[in-house]
Amino acid sequence: MNKTVIPLSLLKKGDKAIIVSLDNSALGIKLMEMGCMPGEHLAIDYIAPLGDPISIRIGNYLLGLRKDEAVAIKVMKQ
Amino acid sequence: MSEPKKIKIALAGNPNCGKTSLFNALTGMRQKVGNFPGVTVDKKTGLLFLNNKTEALVVDLPGTYSIYPRRIDEMVTFDVLANPDNVSHPDVIVLLADASNLKRNLLFCTQVIDMGIPTVIALNMMDLAEKNNIRIDVAKLEEELGVPVIPMNAREGKGVDKLLKLLSGEVAKPKRSFIDMQKLCGDAKELSTKIPYSNEYVAALLAVLHKELNGFPEEKHKLIDEWVAAKNFVVARFQGEEVLQRYNSINRVVKDCVNEEQKENKSLETTSRIDKILLHPLWGYLIFLGVFFLVFQAIFAWAQYPMDLISSGFSTAGNYLHDLLPTGMISDLLIQGVWAGAGGVVVFIPQIMLLFGFITILEDTGYMARVSFLMDKLMRTTGLSGKSTVPLISGMACAIPAIMSTRNIESWKDRIITIMVVPFMSCSARLPVYTLLVSFAVPSQTVFGIFNMRGMWMLGLYLFGFLSAIVAAFIMKLIVKTKEKSLFLMELPIYRWPRWGNVGVTMFEKAKVFVTDAGKIIVAISVVLWFLASYGPGDEIKTVEKKFEDTSFTSHYSSVDLDAMRQSEKLTHSYAGHIGHFIEPATMPLGFDWKIGISLITAFAAREVFVGTIATIYSVGSTGDMDMNKLKARMHSEVNPSTGQQVFSFATVVSLMIFFALAMQCMSTIAVVRRETKSWKWPMIQLFYMTGIAYLASFITYQLLR
Repeated sequence: MNKTVIPLSLLKKGDKAIIVSLDNSALGIKLMEMGCMPGEHLAIDYIAPLGDPISIRIGNYLLGLRKDEAVAIKVMKQ
Repeated sequence: MSEPKKIKIALAGNPNCGKTSLFNALTGMRQKVGNFPGVTVDKKTGLLFLNNKTEALVVDLPGTYSIYPRRIDEMVTFDVLANPDNVSHPDVIVLLADASNLKRNLLFCTQVIDMGIPTVIALNMMDLAEKNNIRIDVAKLEEELGVPVIPMNAREGKGVDKLLKLLSGEVAKPKRSFIDMQKLCGDAKELSTKIPYSNEYVAALLAVLHKELNGFPEEKHKLIDEWVAAKNFVVARFQGEEVLQRYNSINRVVKDCVNEEQKENKSLETTSRIDKILLHPLWGYLIFLGVFFLVFQAIFAWAQYPMDLISSGFSTAGNYLHDLLPTGMISDLLIQGVWAGAGGVVVFIPQIMLLFGFITILEDTGYMARVSFLMDKLMRTTGLSGKSTVPLISGMACAIPAIMSTRNIESWKDRIITIMVVPFMSCSARLPVYTLLVSFAVPSQTVFGIFNMRGMWMLGLYLFGFLSAIVAAFIMKLIVKTKEKSLFLMELPIYRWPRWGNVGVTMFEKAKVFVTDAGKIIVAISVVLWFLASYGPGDEIKTVEKKFEDTSFTSHYSSVDLDAMRQSEKLTHSYAGHIGHFIEPATMPLGFDWKIGISLITAFAAREVFVGTIATIYSVGSTGDMDMNKLKARMHSEVNPSTGQQVFSFATVVSLMIFFALAMQCMSTIAVVRRETKSWKWPMIQLFYMTGIAYLASFITYQLLR
């Protein structure tokens, strides 16, 4: 298993991961407020046909975010 | 009987947690839509009779994931809850939480509970939670949250009676706190004692956000600034630490109260399967095109039938009134000014209701979020976001409902830019103008085997409008400044059936808001335009009337011809006619003589009026019995008396097309932009920049082609 920490934006459709940390920024806080907390499991549900944005499954809901927003979430691939 | 006690109740919660359903269940049709003061955020309020002693005013606050706002609408929620001076500040909060997604919902819930206002939690979507094997121990949750918790399914009205019963009694203040203020920021007690009605947490929130509040008293600003400086309070650190602390508390609560079987979540699986088709690279876009073709067809074609009925109804009633009232200026003012103006307002209702019917269905089902998702990248190349898709497409039918639909764009900058460029899209009012001009100047011949030359020109004009909108958006993105950062970050809600009651209510409310808010301006401008076209300086109009009463003159013509000639002469001698002459030096470089100038002025009522005015000026009858071929023949033979050249030369007609594609010639758009931006600044900027560009482009066109 690959234990390296990477930004969420690098994951592909169907990938599963655990959130390790979030950027220390306003966006990072916003993402935490929407449930993207360190330790949470997530999965890439869809990537929009033009490659951006992406849809992730986190908690019990789907969150759409742009790739440049996903960079703020650092994950470990499962 | 004594006067009932009046209390204020606020509904708050995450987006997509069923707030609208509960609001409708509580207030039924006793609701109205207004504006929160100072901002363009819809304020929905409704009356609720709790018992014969208590009457509640329920306000539906914009949904938010956190008390810290990221957008204007979320700021309203913060302001109402945290600022005791806000007129909507509640006595009781009904806090909605989505039981199927409790953890994320509890962040905002615990924030609100910590504000210390009496609170009830409506634990909504219990049906969904059950379906997905999420079991919640409500009694335990109530105990741990320290506030009453009522399980419900607001869509079907389940649990609403229990909530009502609780609200008719006294709701206690929350018992618990979920954060350690001492650790977060030292002591905020000192500040909270100075700001009346606030506890420590609210005081700290105000310290973070007081500068953003509307009408927050100056002395309180000063108190807070002093405290922040003395305590060395760091806003960003407080906010980040708070979220972490909260999730620690929430994780404990969820562990104690929620039993989630590790089976798959059925609702999410179903949604995922539907997304597989709706977000598919091919099917996704085909379905998107299909859906919007339907929406477009509805506001473009279906709306035409009720619109025609309304137009003919108003003119029939106008004629009836004309016979009823004594002739004179007052009756003319009422019928041709006010009544016709009112008709010009009502005629938009079918388009507005149809568009908002569709939009509400698309939002209720969850498809609208997918539209943004599919279109975001494409739209971002123009500088806008996926959310501008609907207004821009709708603008091809009519700018009025399209501009009203920009309320769904949360980013202020994106919204204002969308409003500013939507009128470039070729709306249905341009169609009669284009039809006349294209069929006049372009021969009906087939090119490349299958395409009709005229069809190609029409398509070209539509593309021209679309490209103008895109280019204008791109340029404006560079000019309009804002502090707000544009984020996509949005929940993609699970697919659900639309709530038809909600669809009906929204359609009705949007029509009502348009009539009451934009209607006044439209009627006022319509009266001014009527006056300009019906009256002239001195007794010029009287002289015309006298001429047509003289039998030695009238005996040479048939009564139909006479009527057309009389109308033409009256118009040319009216103020509008004089303005046409007056601006001729400015319009001639565009190829427009003073008669076209008059038509451009009257077309401000609505673009299609241009055709009727041209017909009137050339005495081929008024709109009712106008003959298109006769009009075109007359346009062909029209010669400029001073130059001897044809007035409607190819260069002039193309220049006119360009002018109509670009100019802001619609009083109703101005009125609705005024309504949607709450100032005259934006409609005036729009009027001048669009018309300025139109003037320049027509000038270049004419000078190149002549």
